[in-house]
Amino acid sequence: MTSLVLLEHDAAAIKQPSRSAVAAAAQLGEVHALVVAGGAELAARLPGVSKVLVADQPELAHLLPEPLAALLVALAGDYTHLFAATTAVGKNVMPRVAALLDVQPISDIAAVIDADTFVRPIYAGNALATVKSSDAKKVLTVRAASFDPVPAEGGSAAIAPLTAVPAGGGSRFVSAELSKSERPELTAARVVISGGRGMQNGDNFKLLEPIADALGAAVGASRAAVDSGFVPNDYQVGQTGKIVAPELYIAVGISGAIQHLAGMKDSKVIVAINKDEEAPIFQIADYGIVGDLFKLVPELDAELAKRQGS
Amino acid sequence: MKILVPVKRVVDYNVKVRVKTDGTGVETAGVKMSMNPFDEIAVEEAVRLKEKGIATEIVAVSLGVAQCAETIRTALAMGADRGILVETDAELQPLAVAKLLAAIAKTEQPGLIILGKQAIDDDMSATGQMLAALLGWPQGTFASKVAIEGETITVTREVDGGLETVALALPAVVTTDLRLNEPRYASLPNIMKARKKPIVTMSPAELGVDPAPRLTVVSVAEPPKRKAGAKVASVAELVAKLRNEAKVI
Repeated sequence: MTSLVLLEHDAAAIKQPSRSAVAAAAQLGEVHALVVAGGAELAARLPGVSKVLVADQPELAHLLPEPLAALLVALAGDYTHLFAATTAVGKNVMPRVAALLDVQPISDIAAVIDADTFVRPIYAGNALATVKSSDAKKVLTVRAASFDPVPAEGGSAAIAPLTAVPAGGGSRFVSAELSKSERPELTAARVVISGGRGMQNGDNFKLLEPIADALGAAVGASRAAVDSGFVPNDYQVGQTGKIVAPELYIAVGISGAIQHLAGMKDSKVIVAINKDEEAPIFQIADYGIVGDLFKLVPELDAELAKRQGS
Repeated sequence: MKILVPVKRVVDYNVKVRVKTDGTGVETAGVKMSMNPFDEIAVEEAVRLKEKGIATEIVAVSLGVAQCAETIRTALAMGADRGILVETDAELQPLAVAKLLAAIAKTEQPGLIILGKQAIDDDMSATGQMLAALLGWPQGTFASKVAIEGETITVTREVDGGLETVALALPAVVTTDLRLNEPRYASLPNIMKARKKPIVTMSPAELGVDPAPRLTVVSVAEPPKRKAGAKVASVAELVAKLRNEAKVI
């Protein structure tokens, strides 16, 4: 039994959700990796990966789903399982692969029971379904927050360049407008501080920045804050945004709608700052403070600075 | 151009779902059902394209039990022109839904199919991509903006790092993200008008599709509950607890 894992990289590192996908696949046996547009040396160093397939063809550079799915389908014959992380790329391409293979994909798995059986959250994580697939081949995406990623270093896999890749037409990359940040990515950060509707406007998100800097945290947001235009869409944590499970999650001015909780309730420690003591966020927070965030957040900043200085 | 809009009947997003005590699923008896919110956005986008004179006809499709006709009526009240109900009591998983929709698309020949990026019940986020694959069409998933010019649709997509724009040759499949638009409420006159719009009913067999599920649900369980912790009185106390008790900073 050998699995193929589609890895994403930024030329400097294999992305953490992809390393979680390797960890999930490794529970079933041998793991081969597919990287596109470079990244082969990075992938070869992942412990648990025994072979790296690399496709450097320019038509794959933007990970467009049409050619990428065609490539995965062409490679699928050698594998029992095809994995990717539940990222924008994985969610986009893997169902397309599954349909071409006449397979029902299994999205966003949170646990591997055996080669056919997996656990996945449904209804915004309010229920966990254990599902068994009758398909000969499995196509899966992996909830990164549920699997500890394999380390970035330690392995030494063979690298096999793919000389021919199938064409997949009809789409063309136009442009990308990516948020620039020196902070860790939301899905990989050890600490996340998120703001909600209570932040009132985009400028006020600057209040969270010194705390993020002090704690090495990523900055996130609730859907309400994104919909109100306070911050870009890629900040969104929740059922339909990013799923995070950091060591520490600080929710500021977030009431705690089910859809938001779905994206962060597996965090190890949750702190809530909210002026409404009845806010649902307090029902899952380990530590809550009731009060005005515009007073409490600067206090928290000052307190953290004091501690660091001492 | 004709637009096909698949719409799913799901447990209303405001309902707090309960896992059945026998662990076979979640309780849906007597629970309020609504159109999947992402599909409402899809209907809205189709209606806007018609209002701009780009679309000529909007066909709403739903698959499942007879009550899915109500979901189609909602789409008709928002501005869709006619409906197709693929009626079955059997459980339909995304692969079967994609096959049924592909069969309908082959007859209807739409220039564009718009649907939600995921259903809020099974959270699979798969049907649109699978439908595009089965039709051999390009796909623009998680769309926050679309623009049609001639035979090309330009789709701005919400991706992990921000936004990405792709150009797709029509016909194509687009799946909607939250920021694409804000769906309208159907007015009472439009709800009345929708009652007179036609809905055709067919079966999976008539479409030549075997809808048998590929996934068996072994069990459904409640996730482990998080206990509410303690309220702290001051920021100093919070930082002290995070440092000494939780040991996370």
